[in-house]
Amino acid sequence: MSVTRFGLAALLASFAWGTAEAGEVTFWTWRQEDKAVYTDLFAAFTKANPSITVKFEAFPNENYNTIVTTALAGGKGGDVLHARAYGGLEALAKSGYYLPLDKTNVPELDNLPADALASESLRADGKVYAVSLAGQTLGLMVNKDVFAGAGVKVPGTWAELLAACTALKAKGITPIANGTATPWMDAIFGTVFTNPFLGPQWTADMLAGKTNFSDAKFAAALNKLTELKPCLPDGFTGVDYATSQTLFSSGRAAIFVGGSFEIAPFRRANPKLNIDFVAPPAPEAGQPTYVSRFFDSGFAVNAKSANAADAIKLVRWLATKDFAEPAAAKLGNISSLKGVANADPVLANVAKLNETAMPYTGLVYFRYESPTGTDLFQDGVQKLMGGTMTAQQVGDAMTQGIAKYYKPFQK
Amino acid sequence: MTARWRLSLWIAVLLLPGLAVMTLFVAAPLVSSFRYAFFAFDGLLPGRFVGLANFQDVLTEAPFAAQTWRALWHNCIVFAALMATQNGLAYLIAFALLKALPGHRVHQVIVFLPVVLSAVIVGFLWKLFLHPLFGLVNAALALIGIHGLPWLGDERTALGAIIFTNAWHWVGFPALIFLAGMQRISKETLEAARIDGANDRVLMTQVIWPLVAPSATVVVTLTFIGSFNWFELPYVMAGATGSPGGATDVLGLYFYRTAFGTASSGLTDFGHGSALAVLMFLFIAVISGLGLRVLRRREIEV
Repeated sequence: MSVTRFGLAALLASFAWGTAEAGEVTFWTWRQEDKAVYTDLFAAFTKANPSITVKFEAFPNENYNTIVTTALAGGKGGDVLHARAYGGLEALAKSGYYLPLDKTNVPELDNLPADALASESLRADGKVYAVSLAGQTLGLMVNKDVFAGAGVKVPGTWAELLAACTALKAKGITPIANGTATPWMDAIFGTVFTNPFLGPQWTADMLAGKTNFSDAKFAAALNKLTELKPCLPDGFTGVDYATSQTLFSSGRAAIFVGGSFEIAPFRRANPKLNIDFVAPPAPEAGQPTYVSRFFDSGFAVNAKSANAADAIKLVRWLATKDFAEPAAAKLGNISSLKGVANADPVLANVAKLNETAMPYTGLVYFRYESPTGTDLFQDGVQKLMGGTMTAQQVGDAMTQGIAKYYKPFQK
Repeated sequence: MTARWRLSLWIAVLLLPGLAVMTLFVAAPLVSSFRYAFFAFDGLLPGRFVGLANFQDVLTEAPFAAQTWRALWHNCIVFAALMATQNGLAYLIAFALLKALPGHRVHQVIVFLPVVLSAVIVGFLWKLFLHPLFGLVNAALALIGIHGLPWLGDERTALGAIIFTNAWHWVGFPALIFLAGMQRISKETLEAARIDGANDRVLMTQVIWPLVAPSATVVVTLTFIGSFNWFELPYVMAGATGSPGGATDVLGLYFYRTAFGTASSGLTDFGHGSALAVLMFLFIAVISGLGLRVLRRREIEV
């Protein structure tokens, strides 16, 4: 039984890595790519707290949930755990595997704004279970050199985007690097381009149940996506996330649709990349446009940690500017903490766009129960772009799926 | 009597380590997954006892049922396609090797070589080969003027592409089993058939096929179990959601996704996941048990 073998490997992993020495806090994450940055920052923590060292342990993103789930169920696991947000937090927090945080054990929670705290709270008890690390912003990353080299202006409206596509293609450049083979990217791709067409008022009406995804306005916004097919790489239905990243970081593509969390890896892959982060095109000239935003992860304390006092010290430090400012600079993210400045001009741009951001709807509101909003949306966008579903069918499937657990849709 | 007792004791002692390992790593997880299947999960802990509700959900209730039946249908396609292509080809290869043409020993090794590679390696390799932009397959097709499809990205070809990869990976194994079966047939039988004027086609279909019935039993049973437990290749090549749009979704992926969640949604649901695992186990155990009886009877008839 192959599946059993897979589970067994995870179980064994939990036995192997479950032990920690006194004064040593183990930190578990799925961000293997950030190892160097965290190791540096943790060294600064040890300098301030000489009795505590931090051990960094990373697991593959795809299997992280499985490994943490198995380890925590067996009373093992790291002392401080990189935790997901929203619905991803709930499964573990509900089971009592994370230590509840409040202003008595972590006074530094005051440094976080309300929506960041909400992203790491359990809806049932309203308690906070993790210190939010960063907000992520979804929009367009553009290669300024490629645009300049082709003599094309970075598009500000939908019409300009389509015109830029034609112009870039004529020069042999792939206009947009994204393919649709990696489902979670499809939800991001779809959200980035549809949100400006939907606008905050429609989203508020939808959340209130005054309208839903079967609305013609949603289908019209989705249909805009299909206009982008000629802008995507050849055979885009088979182009996965890693390929899209390579196309953009190597300068073969002009635009990458994704989150602000991509900026740092892109710069690492190609330090000469002249990158900028811009909002998606507005429907028409003079109309407002919006980036989409969510909080993506945080730091939780293992409730069964043998070293809880030290683990809490680490998490308190992670909620201060001592960590957040260098982390924001080195990881290239927008800290969840209030008043953390970004010296980097691109990130400063992102922070400015955040002032008028719309939520990443499928994740922020509908990632608590199955089928999640993002699962339904990514499946729909993939089929819409592959030509096996119409925009209206995608919207209807989303309304039906979400209505299973979302009261305002049950009429 | 004492001597026999001592012998029994010895056997019992020698069986203990194996039994302990089997109990701990096979029987215990199996029993616990049977137990979990009857509970509603609140996060990671079994909550309420819900009787057969989880089973009812995955078999008849939206949104579970549609995915369960779609996945089962894909498993059936995989089984049928592997029987026809992988095992059919294996039979032909075995016959060709049996004829001991010049170089047959080298070919025997070449055919069997991919079998020793891990499924994860083979999956990544073919994912690269089938890549729409940088892949070998489409580059080769372009040489003869054909614009290749994004094989793994197109709903019509994705499952076929993974089945093809599986066949490439595994064809050596059934070929070896068939070859071993064929080599056990006495030379006299084959020579007699030849003298009676049997050509290769007649030899393969009328003479050898009935005589390798025990090998066929093994191959069919293993292919059945492998097809309905299919996980590594689709997981590596299509991801836990059976991309694109569930076109490559099979029971193994659906179980994994339900129980452990996907990268984008960390929602775990061991109750429904265990119900799926139990159903898969029962389905495979019952059908392969019945199938074995039929196939064994066929061996005896021959």
